[in-house]
Amino acid sequence: MTRPLAGLLVNGLLLGGAMTTVLPLIWMVSVSLMSPGEASTFPPPLLPVRATLANYRELFAHVGMGRYLLNSAALAVSVTLVSLSFNVAAGYAFAKLRFAGRDRIFKVLVGALMIPAQVAMVPLYLLLKHLGLVNTYGGVIVPAMASIFGIFLVRQYTLSVPDELIEAARIDGANEFRIFRSVIVPVLRPIVVTLAMFTALGTWNDFMWPLIVLNDSELYTLPVALASLSREHVQDNELMMASAVLTTLPVLVVFLVLQRHYVEGITVGSVTG
Amino acid sequence: MRTIGPAWCFVAPALLVIAAFFFLPVLAALALSLTDFDIYALADFRNLRLVGFRNYVQLLQTPLFWQAVGNTLYFVVVGVPLSIAVSFGAALLLHSRLVKFPAFFRTALFAPVVTTLVAVAVIWRYLFHPHYGWLNYALGRVGIPPIDWLGDPHWAMPAIIVFAVWKNFGYNMIILLAGLQSIPDQLYEAARIDGASRWRQLRHVTLPLLVPIVTMVSILTIAGYFQLFAEPYVMTQGGPLQSTLSVLYFMYEEGFKWWNLGSASAVAFVLFLFIFCVTAVPRWLARRESAA
Repeated sequence: MTRPLAGLLVNGLLLGGAMTTVLPLIWMVSVSLMSPGEASTFPPPLLPVRATLANYRELFAHVGMGRYLLNSAALAVSVTLVSLSFNVAAGYAFAKLRFAGRDRIFKVLVGALMIPAQVAMVPLYLLLKHLGLVNTYGGVIVPAMASIFGIFLVRQYTLSVPDELIEAARIDGANEFRIFRSVIVPVLRPIVVTLAMFTALGTWNDFMWPLIVLNDSELYTLPVALASLSREHVQDNELMMASAVLTTLPVLVVFLVLQRHYVEGITVGSVTG
Repeated sequence: MRTIGPAWCFVAPALLVIAAFFFLPVLAALALSLTDFDIYALADFRNLRLVGFRNYVQLLQTPLFWQAVGNTLYFVVVGVPLSIAVSFGAALLLHSRLVKFPAFFRTALFAPVVTTLVAVAVIWRYLFHPHYGWLNYALGRVGIPPIDWLGDPHWAMPAIIVFAVWKNFGYNMIILLAGLQSIPDQLYEAARIDGASRWRQLRHVTLPLLVPIVTMVSILTIAGYFQLFAEPYVMTQGGPLQSTLSVLYFMYEEGFKWWNLGSASAVAFVLFLFIFCVTAVPRWLARRESAA
């Protein structure tokens, strides 16, 4: 094959792929701006005849979307803040501090990565019910306060930090907590940003556990609310698309701004050590 | 490094959370699966009885459970190879030196991975719509009669597989792309000097070097695809005629709709066993690879 022809083929295939991934998302935004019933015609319209925000107004005024947005944001922020402090501290210790049984515990943790979270769900539900956390924000936050994956990610990254950096601080007389705060955390910044993003997006997008543990619609996160709405409003394409926009646009924007960190996290996390 | 007490202050909070809210429930699930824990036991623990393996025996005699197993295997056996093939193809294209806007294409192809599953499932429900969906419109243009994608038991699972591949392939694409980029140029150069064609370079240089990464990607993807739940929950509610009911969906209904928590725990363990057995071969390969 000649070079220009091969170039055309490669770029043409990529363009086709990119259209397949992106057009449904753009179409979602377009339909969300249509008036009720407009999308249910043949052939399916690409653009609204006259763009309107009526669906969004309806969602906030009558469907309680503001509440769901707030729930999702509150949960994503609190899970991220708490789990970040726990995971970063533990990941650092597993990489750089010495304590009895360290390597054996780490091995058990990595082995447990194979166990799907759903195996724990039924007893976890009973445990949280016992603690009075079912049907509260706590039911989502408490089990997510630490994660094996997070510890693993931080440990892998911390291994590359030179020991001399820590030794030098120790010789200067800094105690372990000070070293962590003023020497380690600044060096770990890139992986902290990555893990924060993973955790926040993961919490925002999570579906099965919030569906199980949150029964009161006042507490629903966006995905749970959207799943329940889409069962009631099967015919309201435009309204459902507006809800889908509100649910997924925030994560897409965060991703576009910080995508370098996200992509790095995938490659660090996939190098098992 | 030396022995330091404060180390425990760093690991204890995380380890306590993981022990209490993951390891303890996993062990409890095993115990629970040997009991008849149901809605009566939920009200009063004294109604709880040990029943040995009765939950497992009963499951094996439940046709609906076998259907869920069959559907999930269908999803895994077709979905995983398709998903990895698409990821690999996309990674190869992105790795080509002829790409005009690599960063743009990478971001665009990866975008579905970060979207909210429930939200994009809602979009695809409309793309699959028998009358107003884009898919049938496009097929109609080339003369193919409309298909009731999510309403026909033969097409519902293929439709969900198409959707799952669209949503997930970008993740493995990034990992495989990193693998491609880590292969030194000298190897290709040496192959070229030996007169190897592009195709033979791919077969004899690229593929063998990617085996460890592909193995790891397969393990993760198989484990992930076995956990099918939200897609059928949103798009088909397990139907039509239970054709998209997955093992996890079955567990969810058994546990949190009918409150047969003992039986649901047994389902969870069977699912774990499936994942464990199916990934045994690639895990064995991966261990052999890292030992060599």
